[in-house]
Amino acid sequence: MSDKASGEGIGQPVRRKEDFRFITGNGHYTDDITRPRQTWAYFLRSPHAHARIRAIDTSQAEQAPGVVAIFTGKHVAADKLGGLICGWTVSSKDGTPMKVGPHPILALDTVRYVGDHVAMVVAETLADARAASELIDVDYEPLPATISLDTCQNGNAEQVHPEAPRNTCFEWELGNKPETEAAFAKASRIVKLDLKNNRLIPNAMEPRAALGEYDKGSGIYTLHTTSQNPHVARLVLSAFVGVAPEHKLRVIAPDVGGGFGSKIFIYAEETACVWAAAKVGRPIKWTGDRSEAFLSDAHGRDHLSHAELALDGNGKFLALRVKTIANLGAYLSTFSASVPTYLYGTLLSGQYDIPAIYVEVDGVYTHTAPVDAYRGAGRPEATYLVERMVETAARETGIDPAEIRRRNYIRTFPHQTPVIMNYDAGDYEASLDAAMKAIDYAGFPARKSEAARRGKLRGIGMSSYIEACGLAPSAAVGSLGAGVGLWESAEVRVNPTGNVEVLTGSHSHGQGHETTFAQLVASRLGIPMEQVEIVHGDTDKVQFGMGTYGSRSGAVGMSAIVKALDKVEAKAKKIAAHLMEAAVEDIVFENGTFTVQGTDKSLPWAQLALSAYTAHGFPSADIEPGLKEGAFYDPTNFTFPAGCHICEVEIDPDTGITRIEKFVAVDDFGTIVNPMIVEGQVHGGIAQGIGQALLEHGIYDAESGQLVTGSYMDYCMPRADDLPSFTLGFTKTVCPSNPLGMKGCGEAGAIASPPAIVNAITDALGIRDIEMPATPARVWSAIQAATPRAAAE
Amino acid sequence: MPVVAMTVNGKPASADVEARMLLVQFIREQLGLTGTHVGCDTSQCGACVVHVDGRAVKSCTMLATQAEGAEILTIEGLAPDGDLHPVQKAFREHHGLQCGFCTPGMIMTAVDMIRRKPDLDEETVREELEGNICRCTGYHNIVKAILAASQEMR
Amino acid sequence: MYQFNYERPKSLADAEALLAKADDPKLLAGGQTLIPTLKQRLAMPSDVIDIGGLKELDFIRAEGDAIMIGAATKHATVANSADVRKHNPALAALAGGIGDPAVRHMGTLGGSIANNDPAADYPAACLALDAKIHTTKRLIEADEFFKGMFETALQDGEIIREVTFPHPEKAAYMKFRNPASRYAMVGVFVSKGPWGIRVAVTGAGQNGVFRVSEMEEALAKNWSPDAVANVKLPAKGMNADLHGSAEYRAHLVTVMAKRAVAAAG
Repeated sequence: MSDKASGEGIGQPVRRKEDFRFITGNGHYTDDITRPRQTWAYFLRSPHAHARIRAIDTSQAEQAPGVVAIFTGKHVAADKLGGLICGWTVSSKDGTPMKVGPHPILALDTVRYVGDHVAMVVAETLADARAASELIDVDYEPLPATISLDTCQNGNAEQVHPEAPRNTCFEWELGNKPETEAAFAKASRIVKLDLKNNRLIPNAMEPRAALGEYDKGSGIYTLHTTSQNPHVARLVLSAFVGVAPEHKLRVIAPDVGGGFGSKIFIYAEETACVWAAAKVGRPIKWTGDRSEAFLSDAHGRDHLSHAELALDGNGKFLALRVKTIANLGAYLSTFSASVPTYLYGTLLSGQYDIPAIYVEVDGVYTHTAPVDAYRGAGRPEATYLVERMVETAARETGIDPAEIRRRNYIRTFPHQTPVIMNYDAGDYEASLDAAMKAIDYAGFPARKSEAARRGKLRGIGMSSYIEACGLAPSAAVGSLGAGVGLWESAEVRVNPTGNVEVLTGSHSHGQGHETTFAQLVASRLGIPMEQVEIVHGDTDKVQFGMGTYGSRSGAVGMSAIVKALDKVEAKAKKIAAHLMEAAVEDIVFENGTFTVQGTDKSLPWAQLALSAYTAHGFPSADIEPGLKEGAFYDPTNFTFPAGCHICEVEIDPDTGITRIEKFVAVDDFGTIVNPMIVEGQVHGGIAQGIGQALLEHGIYDAESGQLVTGSYMDYCMPRADDLPSFTLGFTKTVCPSNPLGMKGCGEAGAIASPPAIVNAITDALGIRDIEMPATPARVWSAIQAATPRAAAE
Repeated sequence: MPVVAMTVNGKPASADVEARMLLVQFIREQLGLTGTHVGCDTSQCGACVVHVDGRAVKSCTMLATQAEGAEILTIEGLAPDGDLHPVQKAFREHHGLQCGFCTPGMIMTAVDMIRRKPDLDEETVREELEGNICRCTGYHNIVKAILAASQEMR
Repeated sequence: MYQFNYERPKSLADAEALLAKADDPKLLAGGQTLIPTLKQRLAMPSDVIDIGGLKELDFIRAEGDAIMIGAATKHATVANSADVRKHNPALAALAGGIGDPAVRHMGTLGGSIANNDPAADYPAACLALDAKIHTTKRLIEADEFFKGMFETALQDGEIIREVTFPHPEKAAYMKFRNPASRYAMVGVFVSKGPWGIRVAVTGAGQNGVFRVSEMEEALAKNWSPDAVANVKLPAKGMNADLHGSAEYRAHLVTVMAKRAVAAAG
């Protein structure tokens, strides 16, 4: 690595390259783009959770001012477009594949959730389109709706899809049942807990949007869309939906205002916009408003679990068994089947040596919006379960929560868990110790008594989390049912003047790739960062890539860049050897200069770059002109970020308000390229975890299936005064499976924090459990239930 | 249709608009100043905050006609000569933004906040941010940036 | 939003004339409630008459034992007014806690009370401070003005000009915010003044703002937080939703009242 660029090198908190355009209002988000002759789309959505559509009469709406065209499911069917797909097939324990109901782009004869897409109105203005949509006469036959996870598998529950009896998409299992049963049989103590993991609504601040265009001359479709993975969108829209052949469809994800998983998926709206653009012969823009986002973005979490942990007499874990019902919503979304299965069950060993684990997950349909990956995706649900169980075990055995964790930590690596994962490196106790020190764990009893003197209830809770990210080895995920590989691609283009474009299949929507990726390239090539341009998000520019989610862009995306840089360097050395008349083995490349070992011959980077393109006198058999290399990197293992978060809360028993007084996060992410950006990722993750634990809950009315929390009036978004400043720390064990030793940091905060907070609240209140979100009302009720006489002092 | 005329970032701007046109639509669609964003439809997220006659308002909750004769300042006009405003600088220096979508509203709110309350502390900054929602940063670095800028501007 | 005609009268008299002439008019002051309502297509007025810029409605005057505040005076102006802060700091604090800073730069006193949102703050202040609401037609006592959720004594064509707030001896407002919307889930305004003692509650009740006579009587005997601490309200008549049960809201009324009395000193 270059010393010259030390201010910008790996490990430096380099200020972000992308910021200038965002702080000056010069970003380009999808809705900022306007085309000549552009029309606007508005989607008429189902007001019913479940209804048969007897007829749709659009005749009056078609006459409304400004209307260009109206499309319904019949038009989609007439064009023989396919439906939206789930790219991951999960099989039930009996070996049968999951039961999938069709997912049409516009409803044909049935609507299955409030917000389901019924018709698309295309008009001169958004106001015209919306006004016309009110004139569409849909003859609905309302049907009962299945909403509750408790009852959705009952024989008499209304069916969401005839293909899936008892509304059950799959009954999946993982682990070894007989071994687990045997371990339970000899346990000296069994800890049991019923846990809910509350439904969340992602709420990236930029609502989803799409701009579809069709060029009649070339037959090329262009779709600007709010996507975390434009190539995957193009693949699905071409190969499965059939909008256009892949080479005739360009998908561009420009600046994207946050994703958190919700923009991985391929939705009806962008599909309809790009398809219909050819029909109307004009560009069509759709920009969702927040209410539409609440109704139609894929939601997250929503599990109901029963868990049992077997311990021996010394507090050592013997086995864990778990039964989970996971809500999939009304339709399978792009990756939804993988989330409560392979991203969940595989993490149930946590940081602990648990000899036997058995988990059963029923994926079920309900008449609610689809549920898919949301920051953490399966791993927060697993961590919540494990860390609530461990905390409860500590309380029931009387062993200190830190001590019981220490007794059970995995200490040798690699470690094969009973649930697929092979942990490669880690030092869990180091993070625990650092976190306990940072929060002054020893001083907690004094702080608790001081709070009690003020009439406040203080509690402390910890969470030793692990996640599997850096998704993922293609062979591994392929064997588990993925329809795609999860490698990443990169291309490094050295221009004749020596500056560099890096084309990456990763996509940045807040993560700062333009900075961190440039840091990597600049330090490797010994050139200033401003000479490196990171190009992403356009299928016309960038080779096929898999996009950004699952904390994969560092560990996988940057590894692909490293691999491409290796090739660039190899070729550059060959050219340098030729130009300096030396053997390739004698060429040294350091600080942006090629030298011949043992001589004073040298060649600066820029000169080499120019020579690569002038190509004068190259031996054509040996050296091609040019300097541009691509690489595809397929990881050999998942990566395993881990750490310890500790939270200290204070509860006002009069109001039930919980305030987070201290929050410490100590994480092991392996190598860190830019600590400033990594800290920012952790902050944001913790905030979303605090949101889950204290504030956020997506609620449907159990009877009508209406979304009760359909706006910020009722869905409680974390605001600045809900949160404290966070104290962060880092420990480091290098990830052995990728060239930079990186593990990934994007999801850790959201994975680790909820159980730490709930452990702290239950500690403060002296109760066994409280459901998330622990709202003031819930906390107050819990206090009333625990001490009925102390009510309303 | 009413004619509306105002000054936006120091330049006169006028147009025939529908009475129902919001100020944010006038700014984004009529003037093409797309730095001001819309993140919700219940006047809560603050992505649309601009200054009207020197005070922060939510441009999604104001008709364009209500701004008749007013001086409007948007994120694009905050540092017209290329030299960044101290609040813009602080957001960059302290990593107070990630996806950038809430950022223009955050910065305009912060500039107004510092104008009204030069002696800010952390608690006040957090309270004052009630009308601005960020999903990326957990606010940690936004708060840090605003405090740093207020120090700088003292 | 549906289409409407927009009118910007130059005087209150013009506004009255326009109001009388229009089919189904709405007055626009700051618009912080009306515009979101229009955006959600929950209202379809024929005419929107913008009185927000009328100078004759934008004033704060301290005269004798009262403060007069023009109907189009913005929350931020009230919150920062030296007169209000001096004579009625509880009212200044209440205005400074409505919505968020940007909302306070637009929202007005008149708009707030004319709308009478059951979770709005100003109605509690009006009721607890024995405010007089002067309209283009008459004077309405606060006790007579608020008629349940979103309902007031205002008649068609009647416009609020100003509100007179007599100075209290002691007063404070304590609000428990709805965690999501940040509106008052329970707001309690307590006061002591020429009118005696008043306790007004906003946010909690199914019929909007109301007074709590049991608390007023208890405070009359003993002005102290302890006096209200033992007054428990029945859950009946309280709102209940995903943010809290009726019992919880009833309990919060007592807690907020206690804290308000403590803050009032």
